[in-house]
Amino acid sequence: MKANCWMGRGDVEVRDVPDPRILNGHDAVVRVTSTAICGSDLHLYDGFVPTMKKGDILGHEFMGEVVEVGPDVRNLHVGDRVVVPFPIACGRCAACELGLYSVCENTNPNAGLAEKFLGHSPAGIFGYSHMLGGYPGGQAEYARVPFADVGPIKIEDGLADEQVLFLSDILPTGWMGAEMCEIKPGDVIAVWGAGPVGQFAVAGAYLMGADQVVCIDRFAYRLRIAERAGATALDYEEVDVREALLDLTAGRGPDACIDAVGMEAHYANPALYAYDRTKQATRLETDRPYALREAIMNCRNGGIVAVIGVYAGFLDKFPMGAVMNRSLTLKAGQCHVQRHLKPLLAKIREGDIDPSFVITHRLPLDEAPRGYQMFRDKQDECNKVVLTP
Amino acid sequence: MTGEHQRASERLSRALSGAMERMGPALERVRLAAPSAVRRFGRPAAVAGAAAATGAGAYAATRACVRRPGVAPGEGVDLHAAVTVKCPRDQVYRFWHRFERLPSFMTHVASVTTIDGITHWTARGPAGMTVEWDAKIVEDLRDELISWRSTSTALAPNSGTVRFCEAPGGRGTEVRVHLRYDPPGGRAGLAVARLLGEHPEQQVRDDLRRFKQVMETGEVVRSEGSPEGTRALRQLKRRPARPVR
Repeated sequence: MKANCWMGRGDVEVRDVPDPRILNGHDAVVRVTSTAICGSDLHLYDGFVPTMKKGDILGHEFMGEVVEVGPDVRNLHVGDRVVVPFPIACGRCAACELGLYSVCENTNPNAGLAEKFLGHSPAGIFGYSHMLGGYPGGQAEYARVPFADVGPIKIEDGLADEQVLFLSDILPTGWMGAEMCEIKPGDVIAVWGAGPVGQFAVAGAYLMGADQVVCIDRFAYRLRIAERAGATALDYEEVDVREALLDLTAGRGPDACIDAVGMEAHYANPALYAYDRTKQATRLETDRPYALREAIMNCRNGGIVAVIGVYAGFLDKFPMGAVMNRSLTLKAGQCHVQRHLKPLLAKIREGDIDPSFVITHRLPLDEAPRGYQMFRDKQDECNKVVLTP
Repeated sequence: MTGEHQRASERLSRALSGAMERMGPALERVRLAAPSAVRRFGRPAAVAGAAAATGAGAYAATRACVRRPGVAPGEGVDLHAAVTVKCPRDQVYRFWHRFERLPSFMTHVASVTTIDGITHWTARGPAGMTVEWDAKIVEDLRDELISWRSTSTALAPNSGTVRFCEAPGGRGTEVRVHLRYDPPGGRAGLAVARLLGEHPEQQVRDDLRRFKQVMETGEVVRSEGSPEGTRALRQLKRRPARPVR
């Protein structure tokens, strides 16, 4: 089959690889009908996530048709149309029973490696480094889905691929960021990052009853999409974010702040940007935490800071004084996609949200390398790329 | 035999022959079954002496010689590992107690047989080498613990205990493995240890991880990048995350 493979920093290539086969009783094999490039794939592309290996198949946002099931999968049948969540979860360990699927205790065969970086291991993830399992991703014609009895959700009505594909990751990820904010009537929520996850966080926060949602970015085209979801847009290269937030909230600060994937954030202050960029380039820190610092510093006293998406390892100059002295609550987590699938599918079906609004580019799988480059370099106002095998 | 295996086998053979020269009579008890070693030494079975309840124990025992090659006999080396399994204690104990089923999560162990209270272990090493040893169960308290000790023929005399206790708040069963062994010291032990070459503590932990997977999900979790499931060695020598042909 054809699959999009990681070949080194800044290099992906569509190659012929063997077809996947069932390895375990709880597996299924899916013929991929739609798959997407995630912003977090760009962190792999840019070489910021450790333990990648040349030839790894990328992609963790995918859906398709079941073509084979293992003997222990009873809820799926050949021909079923499914969306596959990006974290692989066994559904049986203590974490899964609590609904914390992305920290499943059993699905990372390389847990020992993850423990060295992270202390304890999270769940395995499709196409996302060997530290997170060494699973091939879904930017391919076929994919093996472990614990297919737990993760995939069946799509049984006429919803188009583009309406449901993002259930695999970015829709529930943005949604979970908003959920962490414990939104109450009158709340002002600030979202750092107007990429697709930030755009879904904006939409989610409104659906949860926020009074106003502010979205902070530097790309006009991304801010325009966030505005379509209802956001008040702030371009941090044009305005002083702190002043703007103080004005919007009459000095209180936002009730909750969401860092919508700030691992490779940019910053308007060139000296500070250069400081973190250099440390990251020399691998002295893995993450560039401007967005997170700014979210913490701007959040109102006693407010909540929600961190979602991707952080790989270590960062510098973390404003712990602000967190402690101002009674902030820091919440974080990789998305527990499995627990959001049914409620969010219902919202799509009822027309509360149509996630396809984030898509700007549709390409055949063969053109994945062009898609990566375009997405990373923000060419052609690229917001979200969907690939068709 | 692939080129890689051939080279590994040759390295093994060289290391062993050096070790054998130095060990002299002690090697009457060490018979190695690597294909090339078989040709060289003409004896197909191997007893590398270390006994343990986890297959990793045997490797751990010898591997630890690398870390502490100067350790004096009687000083001993201790390894601990623990895991929480979300299953009732009696079930966890029963699974472990059926020793012939242990290879389902101890990937290095090819087989375990019990004859007259003595367990006989056969483990796989690199380059087709096998290691065999005997262990005796010295204490067996239902649902609580199993203790064992290597028999007198062991190259690295060792003992170990696995304990089972209720985790608090209905969290299942806490399983704790404790291994203690007296490495043989010297270059012979070192050579054998290098052949087996994995981090001992990591390996015991990996055994327990797979044990948890098997108990909780019924299978050893595999990825295409780590097709044999959790294994420390694979984490060092990775293959790409793409289907195995």
